[in-house]
Amino acid sequence: MPDNQVRAVALSVSDMSFSIGGVQLIYPMSFQVTSGRRLVVLGPNGAGKSLLLRLCHGLLQPNAGQVHRNDLHPAGRRAHAMVFQTPVMLRRSVLDNVTHALAAIAVPPAQLHGRAVEALNRFGLMGLAERPARLLSGGEQQRLAIARAWALRPDLLFLDEPTAALDPSATRLIEAMLTDLHAEGVTLMMSTHDLGQARRLADDVLFLASGSLVEASEAQQFFNDPQTAQARAFIAGDLVW
Amino acid sequence: MMDDASPLMAALTLIMHFDPVFVNIVQLSLRVTLTAVCLAALIGLPLGALLAVSRFRGRLAVIVAINALMGLPPVVVGLTFFLLLSRSGPLGGFGLLFTPSAMIIAQASLVLPIVIALTRQTIEDLWASYREYLQSIGMGPKQAILTLLWDARFSLATALLAGFGRATAEVGAVLIVGGNIAGVTRMMTTAIALETSKGDLALALGLGIILVGITLVVNALAFGMSRIGVRHAG
Repeated sequence: MPDNQVRAVALSVSDMSFSIGGVQLIYPMSFQVTSGRRLVVLGPNGAGKSLLLRLCHGLLQPNAGQVHRNDLHPAGRRAHAMVFQTPVMLRRSVLDNVTHALAAIAVPPAQLHGRAVEALNRFGLMGLAERPARLLSGGEQQRLAIARAWALRPDLLFLDEPTAALDPSATRLIEAMLTDLHAEGVTLMMSTHDLGQARRLADDVLFLASGSLVEASEAQQFFNDPQTAQARAFIAGDLVW
Repeated sequence: MMDDASPLMAALTLIMHFDPVFVNIVQLSLRVTLTAVCLAALIGLPLGALLAVSRFRGRLAVIVAINALMGLPPVVVGLTFFLLLSRSGPLGGFGLLFTPSAMIIAQASLVLPIVIALTRQTIEDLWASYREYLQSIGMGPKQAILTLLWDARFSLATALLAGFGRATAEVGAVLIVGGNIAGVTRMMTTAIALETSKGDLALALGLGIILVGITLVVNALAFGMSRIGVRHAG
């Protein structure tokens, strides 16, 4: 990561923790997401990956500590967006799903259609524009969710296990889209429990277990020389405690 | 058999010849009921949606109360509005008793809990699947409610049709506050009750046929709405 020193920080988390009803779900943790990088949050089920993404995106508020991120881009647009594990499709056409999101961030009405069409073309969905979004296949729905998020032109995109429910060919397609987004300069923070996917996509890795940040490092270092016994076990395919 | 067949033939004749008295009763019924349902929709849709997405102390008690009001006996509603609108009542000054306006108010009061309760249930289910996404794109409560109402429009139309069905078939409340005055407040249901007691089965049967026809149309519309909803919105 030779250019880390000169790159801006897209997200900074300091001493953040989260609990509900006295149950500690996220233990105090601190880390940063560097602009233009792909940070993959790894960990077994129940590690707190989805919760962490929601806290970072602002859907949940931490009980302690802070999350610093640019909520608004200097140009006035919303600077971050999120794609969920199960894509939330509005009961509208594919095109209207995108225009609705654009209208929500106050894109001028005259630009709504053009920007929605641009997003659908960009992700190969224009042929489905008039179809009800809920009737698309799982892979198509996730592509639409990413297209809809991309249409908002975020600097930072959160993705919560975006391929968890997809078959290999749809997964490959989504991964290619994410690689393209990264090439365009979008910072990605993505959770997965798929080691292969993390190897293919990650620049940096956060490894969580039972709500704690166990290891944070560059992907190459994490996979080649994990520093903790839990990370070694996870990479080896053993059960993580 | 003749005795049975004659009222039916007479009823069909009334319908096919657009008998002025007959048509007037049907028109008034539809005007009162449609206005009452529109009024209930204007108040009930936003209230139901607000109840679905908001959390406050006593919310469950409000939901239980509204659900209970769905089964409110129409005669009790009629009696309540009779007392409110009668000359000595608190709203007596408006002079609404025994007018179509009083019947609209009474019917709207019967339909309102149905609209609020069904809207709340429909929107709450949709809100459960939309909430995180709408919040993630920075939508405020007002925008979110508008989105939910629009996306649930086909289901909500069915709820309104259910309310329309209840209002169309209702007799107790409109009889008490309307007075069943010929040419002024005589509705299909009140006319059927009166004409049957008088022995004029032709008019009663004719109005009954129209009522059943309306019920069939309303159900067909509700069924069609759900089909259209699936086809257009998924």
